[in-house]
Amino acid sequence: MYKWIHQFGSPKYFYDVSFRVSFWCGVVCVIFLLAGLYGGLVLAPADYQQGDSFRIIYIHVPSAWMSMFVYMVMAVSGGISLIWRIKVNEVIARSAAPLGASFTFLALATGSLWGKPMWGAWWVWDARLTSELILLFLYLGYMALVSAFEDRRTGARAGAILALVGVVNIPIIHYSVEWWNTLHQGPTVTKFSSPSIHTSMLIPLLLMWIGFMCYFFSVLMIRARAEILEYEANASWVRDLVNQSAKRRSI
Amino acid sequence: MSMQEFLHMGGYGFYVWTSYGLWALVMVLNLYFSRAREKNIYRKLKQRIQ
Repeated sequence: MYKWIHQFGSPKYFYDVSFRVSFWCGVVCVIFLLAGLYGGLVLAPADYQQGDSFRIIYIHVPSAWMSMFVYMVMAVSGGISLIWRIKVNEVIARSAAPLGASFTFLALATGSLWGKPMWGAWWVWDARLTSELILLFLYLGYMALVSAFEDRRTGARAGAILALVGVVNIPIIHYSVEWWNTLHQGPTVTKFSSPSIHTSMLIPLLLMWIGFMCYFFSVLMIRARAEILEYEANASWVRDLVNQSAKRRSI
Repeated sequence: MSMQEFLHMGGYGFYVWTSYGLWALVMVLNLYFSRAREKNIYRKLKQRIQ
């Protein structure tokens, strides 16, 4: 087991495996997104209170979940890279940031598009919305900080510290609807009691969520590959790879 | 359900379709730029070695 985990620390091994991961995650992603979209837009009945506007949930909620999940991936990977100086973890952390920022942006934008017809306002300074906006700034701050250093590894280390400090925001986002009196509705899925959402509405949401997850891992691997090539530009395995690539891989 | 009804989304068509459109755009752009970056770096490495 240890050996199995250990080999992922090798940039070359990680690079080789990433092709399979990005391909299969991409396949699963397309299948689940198509099923989720069909279920969410066609099969699920309109909400008895919100009508068809509730269908934004299938974009909004998975995006919001992913915005937090990706942040944890980034922070944990950054933390590991700080402690053990593993290059692959630095690469994963910095590759995850733009994806996390995208999901955060989507959560905010679709939330706004949902808030307008339901609350009558594009934006309110409520705890949930504000903490999610701070998350977007954390991502952007991380990306700016990491790229501000001449040396990649110093930048990754500085970014990892920022990411770890910012972790405090994640529980704030999650519990904001319970701690403060907010306009945002409470959790309907991640409750200890059974979810207060009908199965025909819940299943497409879970399908979309799996699709989002696979999309994230698929694109994360593509981004990580590019980063690894940059990190290891002078390594012999990269030189060998580039030399004999013409016939094997059509990148 | 007719196509028109589907696109109308009970009067919320603008909000629903803008959300889905924005999402699709962000997903596609993310994939596109990530792939482009990978290819770009690969090309640079190739030039440097040859």
